[in-house]
Formats: sequence, C-alpha cells, structure tokens
Amino acid sequence: MTLRRFAGVIAAGARLISGVQVSWRGGRPPARQSVFFANHTSHLDFVVLWSSLPRAMRRRTRPVAAQDYWHHGLRRTLAVDVFNAILVPRGHGQASREASARDTIDRIVNDMGDRYSLIIFPEGTRGTGEAVGPFKSGLYYLCLRKPELALIPAYIENLNRILPKGEFLPVPFISRVTFGPSSFIESSESKEHFLARMRDALCALQPR
Amino acid sequence: MTLAGHRIDPQLADAFGGVLAVLALATLAGLALKLVVRTESARATVDNANARIRTWWVLCVIFGLTLVIGPTGSLVLFGLMSFLALREYITLVATRRADHHTLFWTFFIFTPLQYFLLGLRWSGFVIVIPVYAFLFLPAVMALAGDTRSFLERAAKIQWGLMICVYCLSYAPALYMLDIPGYGPDAKLLLYLVIVDQASDVLQYVWGKLLGRHKIAPTVSPNKTWEGFVGGIVSATAIGTALWWMTPFTPLVSAAVSLLITLLGFAGGLVFSAIKRDSGVKDYGTIVQGHGGILDRMDSLIFAAPVFFHVVRFFYALK
Repeated sequence: MTLRRFAGVIAAGARLISGVQVSWRGGRPPARQSVFFANHTSHLDFVVLWSSLPRAMRRRTRPVAAQDYWHHGLRRTLAVDVFNAILVPRGHGQASREASARDTIDRIVNDMGDRYSLIIFPEGTRGTGEAVGPFKSGLYYLCLRKPELALIPAYIENLNRILPKGEFLPVPFISRVTFGPSSFIESSESKEHFLARMRDALCALQPR
Repeated sequence: MTLAGHRIDPQLADAFGGVLAVLALATLAGLALKLVVRTESARATVDNANARIRTWWVLCVIFGLTLVIGPTGSLVLFGLMSFLALREYITLVATRRADHHTLFWTFFIFTPLQYFLLGLRWSGFVIVIPVYAFLFLPAVMALAGDTRSFLERAAKIQWGLMICVYCLSYAPALYMLDIPGYGPDAKLLLYLVIVDQASDVLQYVWGKLLGRHKIAPTVSPNKTWEGFVGGIVSATAIGTALWWMTPFTPLVSAAVSLLITLLGFAGGLVFSAIKRDSGVKDYGTIVQGHGGILDRMDSLIFAAPVFFHVVRFFYALK
C-alpha cells in the first residue's frame, strides 16, 4: 500500500522526461466514473496518461494492463503495487474465448466498483504510432454492463518516439496528451457501430 | 561585494543591478498600462507583455545565480538549455524509428561531451561536433539499416546538434578567452547576453509601437522594418554605453554590439522560417509567455559563435 506513494514521484519523473503538454479539448472531464481510452505505442503510455490527469482524479483512476506482461517481478510491483492496475488476461485461447471475456469484464466491473475510473488501451497491444489499430471488443462489453460510464478519448503523441517498442534506452521528445469530449454508449447500439464511433473519436484528436 | 562567500566583481554587480533596475521599471510600466488600456486587443498585448516580464525575473535570477557560481554554473545552465532546445527541435523534425540510436548518441553523448570539454577548458571543443560527430552520426544511422530519406534525416539531426548544442555552447565558452589586462571573465558573457536579449526585446517593442512595413511577411508577420531599425539602433546604443565592462573601446563596443544585434536578427528569422515550415507558432511552452527555449535563444545561438571568434581573433592570447 505504501508503494502507492511512489506513483506521484514516478509521474513527476515521467512528466519531466516526456515534457508532456496536456490539453482538454472537450473541457474538463465530468466528475463521474469515466473510462479514458487511448492509443497505445509505448510502455510509458499509462504512466504519462495517468500523470496528465488532475491530481484529485489520479487517485481514483486505475489502468487496465495485460496480465501476461505485467504479472511478474518488478513489472508487477510497478503496475499493481504502485499504480493500482487491474491486470487482465489477453484473449489467446480460441475455445473458451467467450467465457473468459465475460470473466474479464466481471473482474473489471468488480474492481472498479462505483469509485474508480479506468485507463484502457483498446487496441490491445502497442502499435507503431503511425495509425490507430482496430479496437478490441472489451470496451463495448464493459459499457453494456455499465452504460453510465463517461467515455473520454485521449490521444497520445510522440511517446513512441521516446521509447519505441523493443528499445531500452529512451530519447527525449516533447509529448502531448489531448483529451477529447466525453460521450456514452447509446441504447441498442451495435458492437461494430460503437467501436467504430469510439475509434473515430480518438482519431479525431490526431494532429493533421 | 560578496554573495554567499563569493567575491563579486563590482562591474558585474553594476551591470546586473542595471538589468534588474530596468526590469523593475518595466514591471511598473506594465502595471500602469494594465490600468490604462481599454480595447480587447490592447489588453491581450499588455497581458502577454506582463507575462513575459514576470518570466524575465525568473530568467534573470537563474542567470544571475549561475554567473555568481562561476564557469561551472554557466556550463550547467547552458548545457541544460542545449538539451531542452535540442528536444524542442527534434520534436518538430520528422524522425524515423531507425533514428533512435543516432538520437541517443546526439542527446546523451555529444551534448554532455561538448560542455564537459568546455569544463576542461580544452580548446578542442571547436572541432568535436563539426568533425567527429559529423562523421560518426551518419555512420550510426547507416548501421540502423533504414535508407529511406537517409540524407534528409542525417542532415536534420546534424543541423540540430550544430545549432542547439555547438553554437549555443559558445556563450559559456567565453569564459575560456584569456584576454591580456582583462582575463577570463564572466562580464563578457553578461555583455553578450544583455546586448543580444535587449535587441530582441527592443525589436519587439519598437515593432509593436511603430511597426508598419513587414520585412519578410512569408516568414514572420511580426518582424517589421521599424522594429528592426529601432531595435538594432537602441540595442547598439546600450551595448556602446556598456563598453566599460568589456575589453573594448567605446567605438569597438558599438561595432561589436551592431554585429551581435544583426546576427541575433538573422537567428530569429531562421528559426521563424523553421517554425513556419513545420506549421507551429512556438517551439514549446516551457518559458511562460515566450514559448519554448528556442524562441528565447534563437538570436543568442547565432550571435554567440561569431562574437566568440571575433573577440578571440582580435583580443585573446593565442
């Protein structure tokens, strides 16, 4: 529990290294349970995104991270003990896919309760930073269970240049996090329509 | 006069006290203007000017402290500014995934090395980046294997290293100049910074007051002939009046000041052109009201190397 204190220190370090500039294009986020969903290009993403949030909001925001990557050793300490992450399995097994997806959503809904907001990377894996990949359906099933969640897109720029996939040493760039306006799942919205709409909302924040 | 155990050169204290006095006057004038202005656009101009003045206090305190500490203080300050300036520059420039190692060398090896060599007072600092880094960096880039736009990518990184690190490092390098009857002295650095920054500010002020005819409308809409002439003439007058803190006669001080201001103008123009090409207004937000480090340092980057070499050629012991 005490390790959580380091989150603030790490966040300050991440802000320094990334020189992150934060802008809220849709005004300040509503003071309600939200899901911040972002493009994923670097290991630094969730730390920088988390540290871009207003201080009061950080304490109530948990990142959702892949269990297979963050489950062991130092990574686990960082994700779980420091940043209070919710670890979930990535869908690999073909047969029990449906069932395990439902379990995962159950776990997230349970862990967030009616207190915590989430940081989610709906592409599911890190991309190259050039194009936003297709969204996994987890975001949709989560919203079916909790339609009251405010959905806020956050476009992260340049973090992939600081620490690209497969690199160990960072290079300094000034990064930018742009938060868009919030929206909600619509009643009887189809999965495809919803995921496309969310992806469009994220892509709309890309610089031209 | 002493401060925290350091003996302060009285001339240095006088010059710096003068800067603080001017800043105090500007602060009062800014407050007065805030009460007077009525129109929306005038209010925006005054608010921005006041934000700039507030930041000037911070910059002066930091710069003043490093002058008191001595060469090490200035080297650390300018080294940090080079690093941040390079970060602003590289952020703007399109790089590719394969440039990662080249960039790592640029930021974490050559940038500190340049200032480290200055700290050793080794005159070889003038060739490390233009010769060794110049040849080494494209070799690292070639090893990465990505040939797409190779020449462009290599040139852009080299240009950034030359401008943000090599050229800027000439400002604290002034400490290395051993001038008979004057010595290696922090006053020369302060003189350069005062004339250069006064020229920037006065060009801005004269431009706001009288600016009509644009010099290079496609590059910078804010640069006018009125601002240029007013700024250059008044900053040269200031530089001439400060001859007593330099090894120069008043006449030489006037000529040197003119050179500094003209180079500073060229620097501002070049960096505006880069911004225009990249479609941004400022290089960053780190210096409140001014933009990024590069927005504040563009003129010094051009003025410092030439000032150094002119003084070395005519005054310093070889």
